[in-house]
Amino acid sequence: MPRHVRRRYLALRVLSEQSISKRDVMDAVWNAFLQLFGEHGASQTNLTFIEYNSEKSCGIVRCSHKTVEMVRASIASITEINGKPVAIDILGVSGTLKALREKVLL
Amino acid sequence: MRRFADLHLQPSVKDSDQLNHMVSRASELGYRLVGITLPPNITQEKIRQLQDICKDAGIDLVTRVDLTSKTPNQLLRELRHFRRKFETISVVCTSKAVARQAAKDRRVDLLSFPATSSRRRFFDYAEAELASNALSSLEVDMAPLLSLKSFSRIQLLSSLRKEVAIAKKFGVPVVISSGATNVYLMRGPYEYAALASLFDMAVSFALRALSETPLNIVKRNREKLSPNFIAPGIRIVRRKRNCPDT
Repeated sequence: MPRHVRRRYLALRVLSEQSISKRDVMDAVWNAFLQLFGEHGASQTNLTFIEYNSEKSCGIVRCSHKTVEMVRASIASITEINGKPVAIDILGVSGTLKALREKVLL
Repeated sequence: MRRFADLHLQPSVKDSDQLNHMVSRASELGYRLVGITLPPNITQEKIRQLQDICKDAGIDLVTRVDLTSKTPNQLLRELRHFRRKFETISVVCTSKAVARQAAKDRRVDLLSFPATSSRRRFFDYAEAELASNALSSLEVDMAPLLSLKSFSRIQLLSSLRKEVAIAKKFGVPVVISSGATNVYLMRGPYEYAALASLFDMAVSFALRALSETPLNIVKRNREKLSPNFIAPGIRIVRRKRNCPDT
């Protein structure tokens, strides 16, 4: 059993014509992940929402470093939320929140 | 730093707002070269307008035409007509005969197959062998992967996994393009590389399919379309007075 789990933080930006709540984004990311990788994959990712600013449509999620590409693919596969077209871009990935905030100027 | 290219944007050329949005989003996502599918009868003036729009966004425009010929003879006629007019030619293979003709013709750059019907995806061993001799590449559009749901997406992933494995075995270059018709279907190159891992394409191979491979196709074609080109490996280096008498 590993003593320390390495994490990755991903900065997101939601492109949409409507304002989208944190809950909607969380649901969309989880649904996309479950559709692509199933419950077994989801259990390995430790996916957590750190923050979401609905005014700026930007947020940060955390996951295990081994599942970054899976999370990236899931987020990229989201095409609609509440029946409206959206695109979620990943602005940057980093090992610490501080470095991520410096990198993408959130 | 890698230069990324998306060779397949499909905006409506008449809708300049949509075109501007898509080009600026491509620039924002980190692409430095975009291919826009144009109608075969487009005028040079319209192409210059598009080039200006792309130049303003800091992007290089590649003109592209998608041929949807029904028979091999029609494909040959269209290739003869359009090859010197467009920088990239893609053939949407809707029948096996057209797919075979397109794969063995050196004027074809990209082989693309309908995403919604797995029966009409003709990229098998024979097709790959012909394509590997003729330098044509397999194009994988990502927009259908995003828009299709449940069973259709499963079928598409399964077909793509098989095709990419065959292409790798025969050394056929693979190009990943967006195939986007609007800004919401456009994603960044690293997102496409992550999505490509769904059909067992390694991230490094996918990134090559988004950068070096499409850039090489464009470079090769621009060289061929240049007035100094004579034949592969032969080009004019000097003219008139600069050329010494022999």
